[in-house]
Amino acid sequence: MKMRKMLAVTLLLAFVLVMASGCGNTNATKTDGAAATGTQAAAEPSEVVLGANFELSGPVAVYGQTKMNGVEIAIDEINKNGGILGKQVKLIKYDNKGDDAEALSLTTRLMTEDKIVTMLGPVTSGRVMVAVPVSAQFKIPLVTGSGTAPAITVADGKVNEYAFRVCYTDAYQGGLAGKFAATSLGGKTAAMLVNQNDDYSIGLAEAFKGTFEQNGGQVIEQVSFTNDDQNFNTALTKIIASNPDVLFVPAYYEQDALITKQARELGFTKPIIGGDGWDSADYLLQTAGAAALQEVYFVNHYFSGDSDPAVKAFVDAYAAKYNETPSSFSALGYDTAMFVKNAIEQAGSLDPVKIRDAMAATKDFQGITGNLTMGENHDPIKSAVVITFDKDGKPILKEKLQ
Amino acid sequence: MKRLLTRQNMIIAAVLLAVYLIVQTLLSVGIISAFYETNLVLGGIGVIMAVSLNLITGFAGQFTLGHAGFMAIGAYFSAVMTVKWGMPFVLALLGGSCLAAVMGFLIGLPTLRLKGDYLAIATLGMGEVIRVVLLNTKYVGGAAGLFGIPRLTNWTWIFVSAVVTVLCIRNLLWSSYGRACISVREDEVAAEIMGVDITRYKVLAFVVGAFFAGLGGGLYAHYYYFLQPGGFGFMKSIEYLVMVVLGGMGSMTGSVMAALALTVINIFLQSYAAIRMILYALLLIVIMIFRPEGLMGSKEFSSAMFSRFERRGDRGSAGGQ
Repeated sequence: MKMRKMLAVTLLLAFVLVMASGCGNTNATKTDGAAATGTQAAAEPSEVVLGANFELSGPVAVYGQTKMNGVEIAIDEINKNGGILGKQVKLIKYDNKGDDAEALSLTTRLMTEDKIVTMLGPVTSGRVMVAVPVSAQFKIPLVTGSGTAPAITVADGKVNEYAFRVCYTDAYQGGLAGKFAATSLGGKTAAMLVNQNDDYSIGLAEAFKGTFEQNGGQVIEQVSFTNDDQNFNTALTKIIASNPDVLFVPAYYEQDALITKQARELGFTKPIIGGDGWDSADYLLQTAGAAALQEVYFVNHYFSGDSDPAVKAFVDAYAAKYNETPSSFSALGYDTAMFVKNAIEQAGSLDPVKIRDAMAATKDFQGITGNLTMGENHDPIKSAVVITFDKDGKPILKEKLQ
Repeated sequence: MKRLLTRQNMIIAAVLLAVYLIVQTLLSVGIISAFYETNLVLGGIGVIMAVSLNLITGFAGQFTLGHAGFMAIGAYFSAVMTVKWGMPFVLALLGGSCLAAVMGFLIGLPTLRLKGDYLAIATLGMGEVIRVVLLNTKYVGGAAGLFGIPRLTNWTWIFVSAVVTVLCIRNLLWSSYGRACISVREDEVAAEIMGVDITRYKVLAFVVGAFFAGLGGGLYAHYYYFLQPGGFGFMKSIEYLVMVVLGGMGSMTGSVMAALALTVINIFLQSYAAIRMILYALLLIVIMIFRPEGLMGSKEFSSAMFSRFERRGDRGSAGGQ
């Protein structure tokens, strides 16, 4: 009996000890969100701590990793040139595995334990959606370079105060594509091939239809497909029968390449238009071939062969470090970090709330992916490029859109 | 009543209450920070999911790969109840769980006639069907996901739900129903000869497991603000299956320990962004090599185990003198 009581007591004690030691490191650094911002401003830290919450493994790892590469190029460059406000930048990187729970936990970790002043990421919309309420809770801004879902910045008609993005939204991009199709290509009728399982695809298609019809065109056919489709012959036959001037395909490059190839095989020679999901020129060339890529146009964030000196410098630095041409994701990663630097300098302070205000007021920020002005809804107003292919299947710049 | 108030039960109740109060106090004074709180919640949901999956896979012996599907049903339905219909949290949790149980019944009835690999494939398909249906349902946001879910889940809800889950499943297993479930696992033919209606008990385990998976889903939805069908794919089911196998098929306390251990391991590995998944996988491989039956095998960690230690301890000290 005595023994049993002692056991119970020892167990309890052991439990308390484990809990205490487990959280020991947090004892010293414990603060809640509001207090954190206060102490940070008072203590004047010797470095600028930024956090990155990226999908470095899991199903979208490729996006997370290439974007992280871009961020690292930017941070190296910033630190080489004297840092931000005369302080070196320290980047704390975490991998959220593309998992919602992990993204939330890491956002909390960065904002409370690591005391960051701004968070970069996550990369994909779903993970950003989870992080946004946390940023509001701790009053620390987050900037995503590629989360395009509308609800990230505006939910239920209210702007999410601490959430920003440096990429354009699906609607903006689809709208540009629609305008391009109707004006630059002079299309009167269009068909759309839409991935009905994908929010990105649906968002682009809706916006395309809107501006295409505003500019005097008409969408005469819309056919749906799903994530795992490989064979588009039935859908394409139906589209070709309606004889459209242009075909809009808002999807990702694996399927885009197959669609292009199969459409050309079925004898469709009219323009095929896409969004930034098409951005893997190498893959398109390998799978579809140069002949099929004639009259293919896609809207993108930047063009790696651009003659602009800033773009050239970035592409060279990237190639020197990673031995490959940076994708749009890398360029957006670079711009995300530079946008944050710009905001901190404009704010002249490491107070997250002041940084947020500076972000919201950003005007004419010169990024690799275009000239950026932050809109009222925290969605940027910026330029885009349209890329097409030459006879050998090499990507070339068709035009810049504003 | 007399049986309920045994000394053993009192001690368990006291320990549970103490754990709850200590953590609650540490949370309210801020010693457990916001970050560790997210992990407490994640661990608690892991416990609920792993124990409920263990009932189906470990005790009733039905290998299922669709547990995340039930979680998705509970998560979505309870979120719809609070966000769209303005219902209180308790009702939403119960509603989500019940719908998951009903789905478990409807799906279990035809599929549980299958065995082994075939059942695994069928349940895998079932999980995917649930995910794709959600993906195409505009009412719950489709591919874009359901957002604006209030954060109502906290330590109290998690703790109470986890304890209720473990207690219910433990009591079920210690009843004649539970023994019938275990007999189905051990030998279906022998069980049938003895008059056990095997389909009935398989479906029973499936429905109860689905109910608590739905509960886990409801708690999840109201902590993470946002739901997307992609979050409840095949890999989520595997994640919980790993907990069950690691803890030991047929050991509830094993599942509890594995769920908590994996959450803690995850915290430590977070600092090694690039190689964390490799380390995680290596760790699992090493554990499975040295403990192929899982941490606990099919044993339970119980107060009875202490009395055995005690006796051994007494003998030991007596020998020493």
